[in-house]
Amino acid sequence: MCLGAAMIDVLLYAFLAGIGVAIITGPLGAFIVWRRMAYFGDTLAHSSLLGVALGLLLAVNPTISVIVTCLIFALVLVVLQQQKNLASDTLLGILSHTSLAVGLIAIALMPDIRVDLLSLLFGDLLTVNASDVITIYVVSAIAMFLLVKLWNPLLAITIDEELAQVEGIRFKTVRIAFMLIIALEIAVAMKVVGVLLITALLIIPAATARIFSKTPEQMAFLASLVGCLAVILGLASSWYIDTPAGPSIVLSAGLLFLISLFKKNK
Amino acid sequence: MIPPLIKLNSISKYFNGNKVLSSVDLTINQGQIITLIGPNGAGKTTLVKIVLGLIHADEGVISRSPDLRIGYMPQKLHIDPTMPITLERFLNLTEKNKKLCADVLDEVGVIQLLSCPLSSLSGGEMQRALLARAILHKPNFLVLDEPVQGVDVVGQEALYKLISELHGRLNCAVLMVSHDLHLVMSSTNEVICLNQHVCCHGHPDQVSRNPAFIEIFGTKTTAYTTYTHHHDHQHSLHGEVKKSKVSEKYVPGRSHD
Repeated sequence: MCLGAAMIDVLLYAFLAGIGVAIITGPLGAFIVWRRMAYFGDTLAHSSLLGVALGLLLAVNPTISVIVTCLIFALVLVVLQQQKNLASDTLLGILSHTSLAVGLIAIALMPDIRVDLLSLLFGDLLTVNASDVITIYVVSAIAMFLLVKLWNPLLAITIDEELAQVEGIRFKTVRIAFMLIIALEIAVAMKVVGVLLITALLIIPAATARIFSKTPEQMAFLASLVGCLAVILGLASSWYIDTPAGPSIVLSAGLLFLISLFKKNK
Repeated sequence: MIPPLIKLNSISKYFNGNKVLSSVDLTINQGQIITLIGPNGAGKTTLVKIVLGLIHADEGVISRSPDLRIGYMPQKLHIDPTMPITLERFLNLTEKNKKLCADVLDEVGVIQLLSCPLSSLSGGEMQRALLARAILHKPNFLVLDEPVQGVDVVGQEALYKLISELHGRLNCAVLMVSHDLHLVMSSTNEVICLNQHVCCHGHPDQVSRNPAFIEIFGTKTTAYTTYTHHHDHQHSLHGEVKKSKVSEKYVPGRSHD
């Protein structure tokens, strides 16, 4: 009986955490797809491992250290992308893998601290506790608030940066705020799917929603719904056939995308 | 006398050490139509971006009238095909009032496409949609970057007619970038021929006889550009197409300075 209640708790926390993340990855993922920033998101996600290491080193809450590290990386990337010597994807590739390597080494070298690397890389939804759930909802709420506030200007600069600027939108401010939203999102999504699979949770639901949508808002909403469905399916598979939760969620999203392709053919 | 809407004084701009604009002067007065022409790489787009305030000049002074309201029509949108968006929502982005958006779409003749996806619009329809967004907030200065790009010849004539109507109705100044000499020149007050510096400027008829203009665009084009009457659309449009091909081929080898 006691064990049963504990199991229900584990499942409930995992469910709440997954849904809390999936709701915000929907609209954010739509922007990642529209702005062709999948690789950019990937690079930031990889850099978050370094954020975890720094958090452990400085004894700071890892959520905060990840947000700060991602934000710094995002700003550095924006500056580096202004130079024309290297193509943007080459630059992202260099930073993405270098930061991942540095993060892995930093964690390996950490004295006295035992870190479950696998759970950082692929998530460990079933170890989420009540305080994790609270963190996820607080951070997601902040990200959602910013996203709703910036929705129209973000759409405008996504359609045409220069037109938006002429119409009086403060392009740089909006873009930096958008980076902040991505950083917030990565910090919480890490717990659910891990560093390596965050981009999947962003782009697959959005790409799945595309076929069914007529407006940007519809696509954002449906992406959230697809994300939630993927979380439920992934958790169910993890619960019943003991698959790893993070990859199961991503696989579920991938399967939903595959099914959506049939809709187009008709 | 009413002060100019915008005045550029000996503007220069460098990219990676190369001078792309050299001491350009440009004054735009209320209600004036100015057409900017010039070969590829002449700095037309750079100049337009400086006028719009999107990039800063390295040298020179710009003064803008305090009540300047710019409506801008970009060459084309760089919209990702994965973004589902209707024409109405496209206008809604800057104007919440749906009635006003519908009125403007009616004005440019694409009201029937209100709920169509933006990606399904033809070249001409898209240009009208962009024009609608540019005039949404009743500008007193319209900046149009190659407004007839990707539009067939019959559509081009109609689009220029629409621009000229809008100019009359809004009583705004118009700065237009164009490759296309004949159609533009017939409806414009002043032509500025740009090739890193202002080669020549003035009334279309004057400019087309100017040696600097002939050096860039060749003598062949002048016969067409001074051809200002319009009684036979089909033929004049046909000739104009041939002409623009000639001038484009002619241009790259002729850049000077």
